[in-house]
Amino acid sequence: MSGPETETLLYLDGVSVSFDGFKALNELSLIIQAGEMRAIIGPNGAGKTTMMDVVTGKTRPDTGTIYFDGNVDLTKLDEASIAELGIGRKFQKPTVFQHHTVWDNLELALAGRRGTFAALFRREGSSERERIEELLGIIRLGELRDMEAANLSHGQKQWLEIGMLLAQEPKLLLVDEPAAGMTDAETEATADLLKEIAKEKSVVVVEHDMTFVRALGVKVTVLHEGSVLSEGTIDHVSEDPRVIEVYLGR
Amino acid sequence: MIGSFIRNGFDRSAFFVILVLVAAAFVVPALALYTTPASPFHIPGYAIPLMGKYLTYGLLALSVGLIWGYCGILSLGHGAFFALGGYAMGMYLMRQIGTRGVYGDPVLPDFMVFLNWDELPVAWYGFQSFPYAMLMVVLAPGILAFVFGWFAFRSRVTGVYLSIITQAMTFALMLGFFRNNLGFGGNNGLTDFKDILGFNIQAPETRAALFAASALALALAYLICKSIISSRFGKVIVAIRDAESRTRFLGYRVENYKLVVWVLSACMAGIAGALYVPQVGIINPGEFEPANSIEVVIWVAVGGRGLLVGPIVGAIVVNFAKSWFTTGALAPYWLFALGGLFVGVTLFLPKGIMGTLGGGWTALKQRRASAAAEAGVSVTDTDGPDGGRLKTEPAE
Repeated sequence: MSGPETETLLYLDGVSVSFDGFKALNELSLIIQAGEMRAIIGPNGAGKTTMMDVVTGKTRPDTGTIYFDGNVDLTKLDEASIAELGIGRKFQKPTVFQHHTVWDNLELALAGRRGTFAALFRREGSSERERIEELLGIIRLGELRDMEAANLSHGQKQWLEIGMLLAQEPKLLLVDEPAAGMTDAETEATADLLKEIAKEKSVVVVEHDMTFVRALGVKVTVLHEGSVLSEGTIDHVSEDPRVIEVYLGR
Repeated sequence: MIGSFIRNGFDRSAFFVILVLVAAAFVVPALALYTTPASPFHIPGYAIPLMGKYLTYGLLALSVGLIWGYCGILSLGHGAFFALGGYAMGMYLMRQIGTRGVYGDPVLPDFMVFLNWDELPVAWYGFQSFPYAMLMVVLAPGILAFVFGWFAFRSRVTGVYLSIITQAMTFALMLGFFRNNLGFGGNNGLTDFKDILGFNIQAPETRAALFAASALALALAYLICKSIISSRFGKVIVAIRDAESRTRFLGYRVENYKLVVWVLSACMAGIAGALYVPQVGIINPGEFEPANSIEVVIWVAVGGRGLLVGPIVGAIVVNFAKSWFTTGALAPYWLFALGGLFVGVTLFLPKGIMGTLGGGWTALKQRRASAAAEAGVSVTDTDGPDGGRLKTEPAE
C-alpha cells in the first residue's frame, strides 16, 4: 500500500479496536494535515482517548492502518519509538514527575538520546540549558524552576506537561482535555498557549469544554461510538442535527 | 567519562559515609588485633565476623534500597541473589578443603562422597580457582536477574504482581537447593570451610581482613549507587518510579532502564552473599527462604528507603537489635519485636530513621531561614520541607 500524499501528517483509515466485544473504535478514519490544529469532541465513550492510545502505540488496533509523516506505519511500533518519531502526548490528568524540579522535568523531556548508557554518562550542555530557559518562558514557570513539581498548582502542572511535550520537539502533539479542572483565567491562558504552539506544530486537542473549543477557533471533529459523526467549524457541527441528537437527545 | 560520573555523585554526604566506612575498615581490625583485652578500646575477636556480617547485610539492603527507593521495584526475593553469590563463594571454599575433609577425597566435597557420587558435577568445575569463583559470584545472580527481568519488565509486570513473582522465584530456588540431587549439598548446604586464598578462615587476621573487605565493598557500592542516582540515569529511574507511562511516552524504553538497575542490584546482592558466607561459615538453602527477603525489606523501611544511607543504617540497627535480643532472656519474643518495629516505623516514621533525621535537619534549617527573614533578611527559598525523596505524611 502506498502512503498518502506528503502534506498529510497523520492518516487513520478504517481503524477498529474492541475490548471484550465493546467497539471502542469503529472504522475510524481521520486525516490531520501538517501544521493543522484540530479539536476532537464527543460524548463519554466516543473513543477519543482510545484514538490517542492507538496513535501513540499504547493500544494495537484490531484492523485498519495508521500512517505518520508520509509512510511510517505506527501500528508496528511501540510507545518509545513513536515518541522518538515526533508524537507527544499529554494525559487527561496532569502527569509530571512529582519529585523532580520543574527544571529537571523539562530536562528529562528534552529531545536527545534515550539510551541507558548515554544517560549514565551524559552531562547537561549549554544549548540544553538555553532551550530549557526558553521553554520556561513559554510555559510561564521561570520563577518556579527549582520547585518540586508536586508543589505546583493543577494549572501549573498542566502547563509543565505541555512544556515537556514541547521539549520533545514533536511534529504532532496530542493533548487530552487540557482545560479540565482549570479556572476561567487558566483556561484562557491555556487556549492562548496552544494557539501559540500550533503556529509551528500540528496539534490535536481532545476536549469536553465547548467554550474552550470555541476559543481555539479551529476545525472540529465530532466522534460518536468510535467513528466520525461530523466535521467542520464549531458553528457547523453545533448546528448538525445528528450532533445535537447525540449530545442532547438522550 | 568514569571520572566525571563518579565526581558527579561525590558530594558532602557521600564523602562522610565513605569516610566512616573506610575508617572502620582499618580501625576496627587494628583495634581487634593490636590491642590487649585489658585495653578499653579492645574489640573482642568474636565481634569481628558479627560486625562483618552486619556490613554484608548493609550491602544487601543497599541493593534493595536502590531498586525500591529509587525505581519503585519492590523485590521480595532479593535473598535469592544474595544466596546465589553465597553459594558461589561456598563452592570455592568447599574445593579448598581438599583432603582435609572427613572422607579425605582430594576432589569431591564430603557430601558427594557420602552420597556415593564418583565424579564432580559439571557445575562445580572451575570453582577451585578464586578468580573464576568471584566471577560466578557476580554472574550467577546477574544472569538470573537478567533473564527474570527481561521477561518481567518486557511483559510490563509491575507493582504487587512483580513482588509476588520475585517471592515465587526465591521459593522455587529454595525448594531446588533443598534437593540433594541438585548437587549443592541439599539440606545441609556447604560448611566446614578451612581456607580462603590459603589463609585459615578461623584465624583472627583472616576475619579482620574479611571485615575490612566487607566495609570497603560497601563503601564502593555506595559510591557507585550514589553516582548512578546523581546522573541523568538516576533522574530517569525516579521518573519511572513516579510516572512510568509519562516516561514511556517521552520516548524512554522503561524496560531497559529497569533491567539495568535490577541486574546491577542483583550483582550487588551476590557480592554481599559472597562476603557473608566466609564470615558465618555456612551457606544452606535456608538463605533462600522468602521470610529472609521480606526481612531485608523491613531493614530498608526502618532505615529509610528515600536515601541510600537509610538501608545501610536500617540493616545494621535491626541486626544489632536482633543479636542483642536473641542472646538474652527476650529471645522468644524477637519476631514480635521485629513485627512491632515494622508497624511502628510505618506508622510513626514513614521516612525511616535516616529520612526523619534528614527531614528534621531540613526543617531546622528552614526555621532558621524564616527567623532570619523575620529579622529583615530576604529569603528566596519558598520550597516546602522535604528531607526524603518520597513524599509521605509528615511524621508527628
